[in-house]
This record gives sequence, C-alpha cells and structure tokens, in this order.
Amino acid sequence: MLSKRIIVCLDCDLAVKGGRVVKGIKFRQTKYAGVPWEMAKQYYEQGADEIVFLDITASAEKRETMIEVVKKTSEQVFVPLTVGGGIKTIKDAEKLFKAGADKVSINSAAINSPELITKISKEFGSQACVVAIDAKKNSFKGRTRFECFVFGGRKNKRLNALYWAKQAEKLGAGEILLTSIDADGTQKGFDLELTSLISDSVNIPVIASGGAGTLESFSEAIKKGKADAVLGASVFHFGKYSVKEVKDYLKKQNIMVRI
Amino acid sequence: MISIVDYGKGNIQSLKNSLQFLGEKVSVTNNPKEILKAEKIVFPGVGEFGTSIKLLQKKKLDKALIQAIKQGTPFLGICLGLQTLFEESEESKGKGLGVFKGKNKRFSKPKKIPQIGWNKIQVKKSRLLKRLNGEFFYFVNSYYAVPEEKEIISCTSSYNGEEFVSGIEKENVFAFQFHPEKSGENGLKILKRFSEL
Repeated sequence: MLSKRIIVCLDCDLAVKGGRVVKGIKFRQTKYAGVPWEMAKQYYEQGADEIVFLDITASAEKRETMIEVVKKTSEQVFVPLTVGGGIKTIKDAEKLFKAGADKVSINSAAINSPELITKISKEFGSQACVVAIDAKKNSFKGRTRFECFVFGGRKNKRLNALYWAKQAEKLGAGEILLTSIDADGTQKGFDLELTSLISDSVNIPVIASGGAGTLESFSEAIKKGKADAVLGASVFHFGKYSVKEVKDYLKKQNIMVRI
Repeated sequence: MISIVDYGKGNIQSLKNSLQFLGEKVSVTNNPKEILKAEKIVFPGVGEFGTSIKLLQKKKLDKALIQAIKQGTPFLGICLGLQTLFEESEESKGKGLGVFKGKNKRFSKPKKIPQIGWNKIQVKKSRLLKRLNGEFFYFVNSYYAVPEEKEIISCTSSYNGEEFVSGIEKENVFAFQFHPEKSGENGLKILKRFSEL
C-alpha cells in the first residue's frame, strides 16, 4: 500500500544573500522563517516525505542562488526534492535537475506555454514534472468555479482549474500541486471542495496545499479531499506541529504514513 | 570506487550525493571500457524503456554491462535499471539486456499511474535488505518486472492490491524498483551495504 505523503514547503526569498525562507498569508504579508538548506535538513530528519522549494522572488538574476540552495540541500537530504517558481524553459529545469532536484514544479509557464509540460516529461520523465495550480473560487457567468491564478496569485487567467488539471495530465504532468489561494497561510484547513474535485477528475497524484492548520485538517484533506499528499508550510515553520506529530496523528486515524 | 553509469539525462546527482555522503568515492561514466574495469557498478535509470535501451546501444554500454555482470562485478540497478535487466517491456519495443528471463508489465489494477510515493517492502531473501522488512521506500514507476525465475525475487510490494516485484538479487546482481537514494535512512542503509560488499 502506498502511504500518504507529508510534504514540507519552503518559500524562498532569494533577494537576500544565500536566500531565506519566508511565509506569507494568502500570498501576501511575508514573515521570516529561516535558512533554506538548514530548514530542509531539519524537516528531513523529522520525517518529511518530500521537500519543496518555491522561489518567490523568481527574478532571473537570482536563479543562481536557487541552484546553490538546491546543491547544498541535495548533499544532505535524501528524500525527493521539488523546486518551483520562475521556471520558464527546459534549460531552467535541466539546471535544477543537475543541481540535485528530483522534480520541478511549473505554474505560470505551464499555462502560458503548455508544451513545456510535454517537453519536461519527455526529457526527464513525467514523475519529474509537477504542475502547480493556484486556484481561487470565482463566479463565472453566474456560476461559481475554481479559476487559475498566476504571478503569485495576483493575476487571474480566467482558466477553469478543473479543465486545466485534466489538460495538464494529458500533456504529461506527473503530479498536480494544488494550492487554494483562499486557504493559503490561514491555517484554517484545506479547501476540501477544490481538492476532491480535482483529485476525482485526474489519474495522477494530487498534493493538497494551502490551509494546513490543525491535525484534523491533514486527515480531512486525505479522507474528504482525497489528496494523495498534503503540503504544509506555516504550520511547521512556526512550531505549531512537527512533521512527526502530524504523522503520529494520521496513523491513529488509520491513514497509512511512513514513520 | 563506485562507477555510476550515466547514459542520458537521468538525474544522477542525488545518487552521487548519497554515495558521497556515505564516504564513497564515485566516478560517473558512459565509457564501456571503464565499465569493464569498474570495482562496483550502479546503474540508475529514469525515463522510458525503449529510449533508454537505444541510448545504451548507441554508446555500446549494453554489451559492457552484460560482460561486467558476467565477470562478477557487484552491480546495483535502480528503477529502470532493474527493468532493463529483463528481456522486454510492455512500455515500448526494444530488447532489454536479457540478463534475466522475463518481461516488464504495466500496473493494471491501480487508478493512479505512475505509482509515486512511499511503499512498504516484504523481504523474501536478501543480503542487502536485512532488518528492512516492512520498511518504506520511495517509488516512481508505472511498470514492474515479472521474472521467470522466482528465486531471484528479493522483495515484493503491493500497490492498490496489485502485488509486484520490488527487488531482485542473484549472486553479484542486485536491483530495486524503488530509489534507495531518495528513501531516507533506510535507503542509505542499502547503499552502505552495497558499498561494503
């Protein structure tokens, strides 16, 4: 039986020398959390099943800093490492793989040029290509639906998230990293409606992101949201729970986790 | 010294890092002559069966690997590196190395393919898997090997009710469907034991 994964996300501000981990609320108001590779190692030792680095600066001249962060991390962290933010070309992806990343996560670039998904998955395997979808509930022609946002949640692409998730799968995505903008950083629970909607509609794993807070929120994302993996940031960074505590709780709820 | 076979665009960096973390000297090569002289070989594989076979043939690595295995060089295959040891795959045309009889089959029961994540192994018999029965390892696969000789199976796993071979072992040849280099402490244990053979 495949276990449910607990993934820790580190949002990295690379404008500072060496980079630092920050965390915002609903994609705004950022708080400082720590040094990227030190935090990654700490979470690896706590039992995180996977680490995600998200470059929130995503400016071209800072790309090298991310390469350094990935190199340092992959020398001491032996669980899968995903890197996202600002990846626009297959060359960008290749540099990150060479530095030690196992997967890249693409968002804006995938929407703007969907062929990038196919290119990455053909070249490096579909398991290496994660498509990130930042979704928000919106009304469209009098009905509500989830729409995709890009540029750190600032720009609405008027693209139906459900349609896009299915499309991404067809194009070769290996996983969907699904973030609810409404729930992000609030620690008030995952968007279960969004998560189950997407998870039921695709045949690739869905990682639920945005809103991790209480222990129950993790089990609900898995049981009700049907997520294959759950991702948390603030909830871990600011000491509310350790990865181990979350896993111990899930195990008690009869959810298979790696302990 | 451990030689990692690099024959394409697979991510070998994490494999290299994990072996170096264990204090091993590592060389990365796509040279058949070096393969034949290697003390130990690690053969990773990511990507598609047919493409991978073609790359091996193009660089004449296929024959070198078969020869090195025959010579008794300790050999560790990972993921597609396990599947390539067999004769063929449902994934694509092309003949595998054929070190073992059997073919690779696609998962038929599970809804979500590839299998991505941590799964348990049930150890049958293995020199590298002592005290690792029931432990979790990191998998990424849509296909798995079905060996004709059942006695080479070192461990099995189950994905959504479909039992599959997750490891094989025969004399100097060891191979796993999962990624020891991505499987935390337990994965490092396997690499350590291989390096100490």
